Amino acid sequence: MQALTNRSKEVSRKPISFLESLYLPAIFKGMAITFSHMFKKQPTIHYPEQKRPFSPVFRGLHVLNRDEEGRERCTACGLCAVACPAEAITMEAAERMPGEENKYREEKYAARYEINMLRCIFCGLCEEACPKDAIYLSETFAPANFTRKGFIYGKSDLLIPDPKTEPEAYAKALGKGEKTTASTTN
Amino acid sequence: MTLLAIDWILLIEKLILIAIIVFASLGIALYTTFAERKVAAILQDRPGPNRAGPFGLFQPFADGLKLIMKEEIIPNTANKFLFVLGPGLAMTAALMTCAVIPWSSQVHIFDRTIDLQVADINIGILYVFGVVSMGVYGIMIGGWASNNKFSLMAALRGASQAISYELAMGLSLIAVLMLSGSLSLKTIVDQQMAPGHLWNVAYQPLGFLIFFICALAECNRTPFDLPEAENELNFGYHQEYSSMKLGFYLFSEYVNMIMSSAIMASLFFGGFDIPFLDESTLAPNLAAGLGVLALLVKIVIFIFVFMWIRWTVPRFRYDQLMNLGWKKMIPLALVNMLITGAVILWLQGK
Repeated sequence: MQALTNRSKEVSRKPISFLESLYLPAIFKGMAITFSHMFKKQPTIHYPEQKRPFSPVFRGLHVLNRDEEGRERCTACGLCAVACPAEAITMEAAERMPGEENKYREEKYAARYEINMLRCIFCGLCEEACPKDAIYLSETFAPANFTRKGFIYGKSDLLIPDPKTEPEAYAKALGKGEKTTASTTN
Repeated sequence: MTLLAIDWILLIEKLILIAIIVFASLGIALYTTFAERKVAAILQDRPGPNRAGPFGLFQPFADGLKLIMKEEIIPNTANKFLFVLGPGLAMTAALMTCAVIPWSSQVHIFDRTIDLQVADINIGILYVFGVVSMGVYGIMIGGWASNNKFSLMAALRGASQAISYELAMGLSLIAVLMLSGSLSLKTIVDQQMAPGHLWNVAYQPLGFLIFFICALAECNRTPFDLPEAENELNFGYHQEYSSMKLGFYLFSEYVNMIMSSAIMASLFFGGFDIPFLDESTLAPNLAAGLGVLALLVKIVIFIFVFMWIRWTVPRFRYDQLMNLGWKKMIPLALVNMLITGAVILWLQGK
């Protein structure tokens, strides 16, 4: 019969030789192999101390962005909530009052902005939908909490620190190689 | 008044020695569990437990604490008396072996000469065999009292395995005893330490191999861990056990391992003998201390080999186990015995 591939091998039906029937040489060979593994490099990443570098397109927890003057970019248009396939985003809009120009970039802003991290599938469609570059997915991941309620992230959890008042925290939140920068557009 | 003429200091000495040996073996057993996990990890390119304390050194205490804190469950169909007796018996049998092992030569403290051996009885090795056979009762009673078919099956396997391999073990030992002409472990070690005399393993390589394989089987270590058989018998004879009773079973296994390592070191590897060193040139106390260290090093090496084998060789099938025991080990041990006897006779006749 013609073989389908050239990879098939004839199975050896030879009765085992005396040396093989002792098993000991084979066992010693196996033990040499396991012993050699003592000197191999371990692929383990000791997680909390060491972290694996992410690819530049990694999608972690969300960040609500500010502009270079520290004003919130979000105008509560709701496009992210519409784009969200998991319906994880809820928001309530409010109008900017006179005197709040240093807090919100445009006349309308999100008074409440919540993302349910248990529902979120981290697809990044909100990021793509946003016309104001207000929402980004960061490299932070693995949120942990004791209650389900704790996984609903409000504005206080999501907003990036103000670059004016807390420049260090802001720089830290940006991370290195982070695509989120306040001065990209406009 | 001869009854009162007991050497009380000797009694105290022995009690202290027993306490030290028992606690030392338990301590070593504690760290053997840690070493097992660490060796397994390193052989499999993993770091192993490394969170509790530096390098995970407190891991055994965490494990022990966990075992103690667990709920103690006695199944209501179990025979309660035997159920409790089982682990105790296993542990007792495991610890009793250490009585005849010569840990080192003598130390001199306050004008007294203290043997670092609990009892140098002239049938030491026979005693060891007797006690090791008692260990089977621990398994058997545990499996029987659990009233669970898997436990019982595992216990039966354990008992039949222990009986089969004890035969070959005893036969391989006879060759060593013919060489030494004594059943006392101390004498056997002293003979190996004598200048111009090699370790027994040099005269009895085949005997040692058989003894080692049988020791693996007696300790229920892989590839002979059929009584435990995690994946077919759900942990076998200690399946119904929880809390510290389970701990006792697991622990007695490690103590057994240490004791069989000590016996193998004493019988075949010169016991507390330090190779290429004449101990009689040293101060007696120093020699005794170094002797204990030498024996411990040998034990550690044996334990490592036990673990190394465990993480290399897969478990035997039950019929393979029986075939190996009855059809290979026993004839080989008999042949070894015959050859040894013939050589001894030939040397005497010359």
